[in-house]
Amino acid sequence: MAIRQPNELHPKVEVKDLDLYYGQHQALKKVSLTFYANQVTAIIGPSGCGKSTLLRCLNRMNDTIPGIRVEGRVALDGTDIYGRRQDLTRLRKSVGMVFQRPNVFPLSILDNVAYGPKVHGLKDRARLSEIVERSLAAVGLWGEVRERLNVSALELSLGNRQLLCLARLVAVEPEVILLDEPASALDPISTLRIEELMRELQKEYTIIIVTHNMQQAARASDRTAFMLSGELVEYGETRQIFTNPRDTRTERYVTGKL
Amino acid sequence: MNNRAIVAHKVAVGVLWASAVLTLGILVFILAYILYHGLPVLSWSFISQSPTEMGRSGGILPTIVGTFALTILALAIATPLGVGTAIFLTEYTRPGPLTRVVRFGAESLAGVPSIIFGLFGFMFFVIYLGLGWSILSGALTLAAMILPTIIRTSEEAIRAVPDSYREISFALGGTRWQTVTRAVLPSALPGILTGVMLGMGRSIGETAAVIFTAGSTLRLPTSVTDPVRTMAVHFYILAREGISMPNAYGTAAILVISILAVNFVAYWLMQRFIARHS
Repeated sequence: MAIRQPNELHPKVEVKDLDLYYGQHQALKKVSLTFYANQVTAIIGPSGCGKSTLLRCLNRMNDTIPGIRVEGRVALDGTDIYGRRQDLTRLRKSVGMVFQRPNVFPLSILDNVAYGPKVHGLKDRARLSEIVERSLAAVGLWGEVRERLNVSALELSLGNRQLLCLARLVAVEPEVILLDEPASALDPISTLRIEELMRELQKEYTIIIVTHNMQQAARASDRTAFMLSGELVEYGETRQIFTNPRDTRTERYVTGKL
Repeated sequence: MNNRAIVAHKVAVGVLWASAVLTLGILVFILAYILYHGLPVLSWSFISQSPTEMGRSGGILPTIVGTFALTILALAIATPLGVGTAIFLTEYTRPGPLTRVVRFGAESLAGVPSIIFGLFGFMFFVIYLGLGWSILSGALTLAAMILPTIIRTSEEAIRAVPDSYREISFALGGTRWQTVTRAVLPSALPGILTGVMLGMGRSIGETAAVIFTAGSTLRLPTSVTDPVRTMAVHFYILAREGISMPNAYGTAAILVISILAVNFVAYWLMQRFIARHS
């Protein structure tokens, strides 16, 4: 998919001067960047650089960790999500997350996908099965599982489980999808399938992916952010980051020398 | 490998086998002994009729009813309380002084002999609260007695649920309560049931705690404020006062069979639940 021209881009999530401390340790240092709507943005960097931590700030999943302190501003459509009146349930409905491990509930395929809508108060069975079908179709899993919706999700392959996790997320109709190394536990074919799916989903959602895999970032993203030791080193169009990095640290990392 | 190591290995295997066989042997012997003496007395009238002449003749129906009424009511009280406490300790508090105090309290309670619970139940429920010798007093006492077990096992079962389930649920916008009831408890249920079953086993066979609180009448109860005699108390009295040894064994046999049946049913239910959820 062609990269859109900057003048078409709409800011979706704006991060401004974000600092994050685990006790004494500062894990994010004055990070500022804007994620644009209907773009796939990759966050890359070595282990421990803070990329997952940054991602988890965007739906406040870090809140559950004791001893954490966040300073700065993260805005979704212009509204500060760390504001006093932010409803976490609403935030996480708008900003959904898929984790590294394809963690499904030990429930049926149907109940996995219906979990989110039920949590948000939907009881009507007809509506629920409609949502389940649409969500599974959106991730390309409907044809494979339509005959066995009541089978335990644990019977799916790892790759299909991760697709199910995506379907489960799509079912709550989020605006932003956060992917935390979604393919690192998967085989190459499943990985490609996830990447193709990101391209498909980007039409409707804003996608932010943390990845270790630089080919994946190069292939599947429009924009790339490179982080090192809690700092955002460089952020720009993916092609530029990989072919013409401005910072020598970025260059060393994308050429495998860091 | 040298010879000494091989000999040590063989001795260890022998000792471990012997322990296992001896354990099983003792269990089988006790069961067989009770059933051998108890089964000849058993008949439909033994379990369907009330006793006559203090239990020398007739059946034991009121004690069966009393045992199950007490046990079911005790579980109905202790299960929600115990599971609720376990949820509070695991999901709603960070480890700290409060959780340590509650846990220490529960563990101390678990080590208290049942006769102490009986005495406490007698002073508090029977006398002070004026509940008298009744199913209610007995069940409250039994509930206090089995509460620590239920808390402990539920807590362990809840802690064993992978954190990823909580994470997914939160990430989908679930509240903490939704996360607990929909994502955590279904996975913890088999473990929680184990605790409830242990509590049930203790309740069914308990003597000291109920003789003080539920009384020892042989009348069939009609409400929870009526006193009852449990099977365990019944055969204690039959044997202790030399009323009828055969009927004491018969009652013991019914008690043992009930406990086995209840355990089999619970095990079967649990297997069905696990099969459906994994």
